[in-house]
Amino acid sequence: MTENRMMVRVQIMGESYEVPEGSTIIMAMEYAGYQLKRGIGCREGFCGACATLYREKNDYKIKGGLACQTVVTDGMVIAQIPFVPAEKPVYNITELTPDIDTIKAIFPTVFRCVACNTCTKACPQDMEVMDYIQALKRGNIERAADLSFDCIRCGLCALRCPAEIVQYHAGTLARRLYGRYLAKKSPEIEERIKEVKEGAYDGEFEELESMSREKLSEKYYSREIKLK
Amino acid sequence: MEISYFPGCTLKTNGRNFEGTALPLLELFDIHAKELDDWYCCGVSFSQSADNLMQQIAPIRTLVKAKESGNTRLLTLCAMCYNTLQRAIFFIKSDEDKRDIIHDFMYREGTKFYGDEVEVVHLLTLLKEIGSEEIKKRVKKKVDEFKIAPYYGCMLLRPKEVAIDSSNAPEIMEEILEAAGCETTYFPFKTECCASYQIVNNSEIVKARTKKIVNSAVKNGADVIVLSCPLCFYNLDEIQIEIKKEDKNFKTIPVLYFTQILALLMGIKSEVNNFSLHYIDPTPVLKRKGLL
Repeated sequence: MTENRMMVRVQIMGESYEVPEGSTIIMAMEYAGYQLKRGIGCREGFCGACATLYREKNDYKIKGGLACQTVVTDGMVIAQIPFVPAEKPVYNITELTPDIDTIKAIFPTVFRCVACNTCTKACPQDMEVMDYIQALKRGNIERAADLSFDCIRCGLCALRCPAEIVQYHAGTLARRLYGRYLAKKSPEIEERIKEVKEGAYDGEFEELESMSREKLSEKYYSREIKLK
Repeated sequence: MEISYFPGCTLKTNGRNFEGTALPLLELFDIHAKELDDWYCCGVSFSQSADNLMQQIAPIRTLVKAKESGNTRLLTLCAMCYNTLQRAIFFIKSDEDKRDIIHDFMYREGTKFYGDEVEVVHLLTLLKEIGSEEIKKRVKKKVDEFKIAPYYGCMLLRPKEVAIDSSNAPEIMEEILEAAGCETTYFPFKTECCASYQIVNNSEIVKARTKKIVNSAVKNGADVIVLSCPLCFYNLDEIQIEIKKEDKNFKTIPVLYFTQILALLMGIKSEVNNFSLHYIDPTPVLKRKGLL
């Protein structure tokens, strides 16, 4: 199968292997015989489980990326990270206030940010990581929640930060605070939850559950979406 | 007129009484302060160590934002931010080698900064440019026998390269407040350092300084002290409570940002003053003088 493919030579965890050109780091590791149980997840770039550090030929820079999204190059040196052992503070979201004092108490390291931008450079999601840390520094929880929304919590920012900030957990706190205290409340949701709890839709659910696959499919594709 | 605006972190939190009064004040002069998008904490104080280039990155990034915005006159209210940004400009202008290192470090960001592209201006300077006549025109309330002690501290005056006025005998705050119809009082400690960040590791130094500064203002008949620096504000305001605990004879005096007085005189609604952020309640004296 591989005879016609071009091969590249890479180093995985210190051992040299020939792997097919165009492979992702995950594919290359599996080709080399690794069975991955940690540091691997969805293989689609969404889950953030496969943070990896690598260096390319003739380059002194250690780079980071997602192993399922980064394509190997000839001479690449790869270290797959099983997980990032970053500190994850425990807090009860119902006891917090959505302001700078909460950030100070739970993530004091945020205030060490010197705006070097290393976190942003490390982010495989191309997010403005430094900008959301700076937003937290001035107590703008909403902006931090917004800027950190696409975070998949791979942890590369924290691995690279010279100020030892755990950006991705701080971003999570911002989004939780925003969701619980600052986001505009939707009365429609409350109303609908109440209806669900009171059993207003039980009959319809029972009807759907008893349908055959074909009928269910037909009903699904012919459905009308009603907007108020 | 629109001017780029860098608030700094404190003005968004403990210094809301400063920003809250300054921005509506500027609107009275048809000046709209346009906040930079996603600006960066200035680093809070200018790094003095020769090998700590990293500390220069944050203020330079903010200056780059101002350069990119196209509106390159950058207004600051916080004396600390003013000092840090101005000194970052002097630094990058005066040391080519270090400037190159910083440019190399910021290679991914695109825009380079050489120092001449942005002018940092403090609100006091802007008000002086606007002039006494224009200030006078907007004053709605008249106060009698209300003595204000303007306190400068260090950040507006030192080093002299960044000073907004004479480093030894500044008058700019007096000029502006007097144009607005206030009486100012001279007190010899108006340019004395409040001990700044010593509050973190040795608050006794701050206590001693605050006591000296406040006693001097009180002795010279001041009703309030006004200033422009959030750290001076904290040291002079909250620490008076600590001094009072130890010395029952100590006479406290309210501390305000100069913009609070101007906003009250110009009839801006008093809610923007956020008086709950003050440790020494200024409302009794302001009521007595007819400003509230």
